[in-house]
Amino acid sequence: MTNNQILKPRIFVKTSFNEPKKITIALAGNPNAGKTTIFNNLTGANQHVGNYGGVTVETKEGSLRFGEYLIQVVDLPGTYSLTAYSIEEIVARDFIIHEQPDVIVDIVDGSNLERNLYLTMQIRELGAPLVVALNMADEMKKKGISVDLDKMSQDLGAAVIPTVGTRKKGMKRLLDAIIEVVTGQRQKPDAPAIRYGEDIDAELDKIAQPITDFSEKLRREDAPLKQHLCLSTSPQWVALKLLENDKEVLRVLADGEARMLVQQQVEISRKHLTAIFGEEPEIVIAEQRYGYVRGICREVVSRTAEARMDLSARIDRVLTNRLLGLPIFAILMYLTFYLVFSVGEIPMGWIESGIGFVLQKIELLWPAGRAEFLQSLICEGVIAGVGNVIVFLPNIMLLFMAITLLEDTGYMARAAFIMDRLMKWVGLHGKSFIPMLTGFGCTVPAIMGTRVLDNRRDRLTTMMVLPLMSCGARFPIYALIIPAFFAERYRATAMYAIYLIGIALAIVVARLLRSTLFKGEASPFVMELPPYRIPTGRAILIHTWQRSRMYLRKAGTIILALSIVMWFLTSYPTMPPEKQQEYAAAELAEAQVGYSFAGRIGHAMEPALEPLGFDWKIGTALVGAFAAKEVFVAQLGIVYAIEDTDALDEGLTDADKSSALSSEEKSELATLRGHLQASYSPLVGFCIMLFCLIATPCMATVAVTRREAGGWRWALLQFGGLTAVAYVITLLVYQVGTVLQIGI
Amino acid sequence: MNNQINLDNLTPGSKAVITGIKGASPFKKRLLEMGLVKGETMEKVKLAPLSDPAEYIVTGYHVTLRREEAKDVMVETMTNDEIRMTNQ
Repeated sequence: MTNNQILKPRIFVKTSFNEPKKITIALAGNPNAGKTTIFNNLTGANQHVGNYGGVTVETKEGSLRFGEYLIQVVDLPGTYSLTAYSIEEIVARDFIIHEQPDVIVDIVDGSNLERNLYLTMQIRELGAPLVVALNMADEMKKKGISVDLDKMSQDLGAAVIPTVGTRKKGMKRLLDAIIEVVTGQRQKPDAPAIRYGEDIDAELDKIAQPITDFSEKLRREDAPLKQHLCLSTSPQWVALKLLENDKEVLRVLADGEARMLVQQQVEISRKHLTAIFGEEPEIVIAEQRYGYVRGICREVVSRTAEARMDLSARIDRVLTNRLLGLPIFAILMYLTFYLVFSVGEIPMGWIESGIGFVLQKIELLWPAGRAEFLQSLICEGVIAGVGNVIVFLPNIMLLFMAITLLEDTGYMARAAFIMDRLMKWVGLHGKSFIPMLTGFGCTVPAIMGTRVLDNRRDRLTTMMVLPLMSCGARFPIYALIIPAFFAERYRATAMYAIYLIGIALAIVVARLLRSTLFKGEASPFVMELPPYRIPTGRAILIHTWQRSRMYLRKAGTIILALSIVMWFLTSYPTMPPEKQQEYAAAELAEAQVGYSFAGRIGHAMEPALEPLGFDWKIGTALVGAFAAKEVFVAQLGIVYAIEDTDALDEGLTDADKSSALSSEEKSELATLRGHLQASYSPLVGFCIMLFCLIATPCMATVAVTRREAGGWRWALLQFGGLTAVAYVITLLVYQVGTVLQIGI
Repeated sequence: MNNQINLDNLTPGSKAVITGIKGASPFKKRLLEMGLVKGETMEKVKLAPLSDPAEYIVTGYHVTLRREEAKDVMVETMTNDEIRMTNQ
């Protein structure tokens, strides 16, 4: 490639020498075809996750320099087809149609040609410039499959490049082929990809006719290409999709007289063909397409060796074994959480001391008496607030790393297979299990993780109950309350109980939603069990990071802003000096908080909270909990006017593992617990945990739900619904507990 | 000699050829797209630990189907001779 640059005479192509030519390529392919690996190979760390045009499916983007080209690479979501079955399919298709990438690179799993080429044929039908990467060439060899590359290239009308993504083989040749297409060295074939037989082809022509007329009229008017489907694709493709009863295409088809004509013709044609074949045209067309693909496979594939039972099948004999499957699954889940909570504590300690160190330094170096409000803002507002979130980063990254590992090896699909029966009973889908697991780390990426679900009802139901999976941020609340009110030997049980209550509630709520609001047939559980693979360390790091970023972004934006707001609300207005004199020194700090905005909000909430056993102080802390659950503890600390609230947090997040704490810090923590013990009964303590578990998902959750579910409606339903449930349940527990004299 | 049955009744470990799919169009099309096409051979590998769903092999890859979904797939069981033929 460097040769190219050297040979180019500077004077003639000055611009191209200084400024690389920009081209865009899109990677398409089936899930598990090794698309992401090739994407990582091409772009390295030079990539970012972006959302495509308002829809909620991510397309990853990256770029690389190749010769005189700057290649923008877009990783489309993995799909089996390009119909409008799932959001992923619509996104992939829309990207190809509207963004018109210079080349589509279709990553094809060579060890599973038939199913993969089905998608290839659909890309061909779109008329997009195509290069096929025949991936997993090594596995093909192992399976004894050999392919006639020239013949295949001829049949598909596109270059076919063998690659081994996991070993970075064939990348250079792939890029060369892409450039060949861009520079026009390889002609785009004109002939339609597939003939569907006389009957269907005749109807296709009839439907395409008015569309062709319409598009010619548009061309004469110089209509913008991107706004009209029949211009950005072809009338033939639009006709085919309409005959396949594609609702999306029908929806975006331009208005006007052509639409009426076309719609009438489609109806007539569909009726006619259904009568001939005894089946809907889309079924016949899909079968024909498969038939064509099978034809290609027969021509180009030869099996040189007997297929033997592969390694994956042997692993699955154990991992999805009817007797061993569930216990192994349980052990793996236990290990995951063990890793997260015990190993995570070590780096957590480092971050805590780091934040403590910074705070100490600021205090030391700050010129005494100067701009005290600024010092307070920086220390108590910004650093303490964001620190509260960052401190959980190790836990969350470890959980995401474990999830990435389970997913990239292929076990997650097995987990969904094992759990599907249970999840179906709950009213969810086997695949809901993955976001549920993520939810124990942070609800925000979990809600984004619901994208794996095809069915919108499944997806919404999962989103609604996800906040009930006790996220990492709620842990410090439990860690504060439990030791304050429960005897040593009951503490572990209490912790399990609160997590289990969340899960049990999620089941009840999901079942309820599924039988009322989101009523409808369960979506089919047609899921591929991909072969087990050993993921590369780099891939794991990249994927873990991509998940963790969302959490960090939350810390950097929402939490930062809210910490400042909360700091302001609890610090202002300050009590006038003449009023301060009314209080004894010991009571002054508490009175000041009561006087502040936050305190006033707490007081205003008191009548509503009283039946739950809560007072205004808890109310004030609950306001903080809406900002972010972890703020609850810090806020309670402020309300109880404990001077060094930062040390308090550090103590709490460590859940009393005394090692890292100085005696002074421990006493701070003990002081807050002492205050709680003195003010509330164990019953109220339990009610606080219960309320924090169920109520008011944090702001970030509400925001992400609105975006993912596509409307405030769902975010408000989640917010209002869960808060109402929390209120009712806490009320019941408190009132019944009071009457029965339990824990008072 | 050959037996028409629904896929859910196939015994784990045995093979059958798809003869047709019942059911509504989107679902049927989904199955088609996943390779469950008339004439393809399907092998039932095993049931999940809780008896549902089940794992199958079709066109060389592993796929899961719930019992109620497999009910809509009509297959013709294969005799041992026929299985030997397809293996060759």
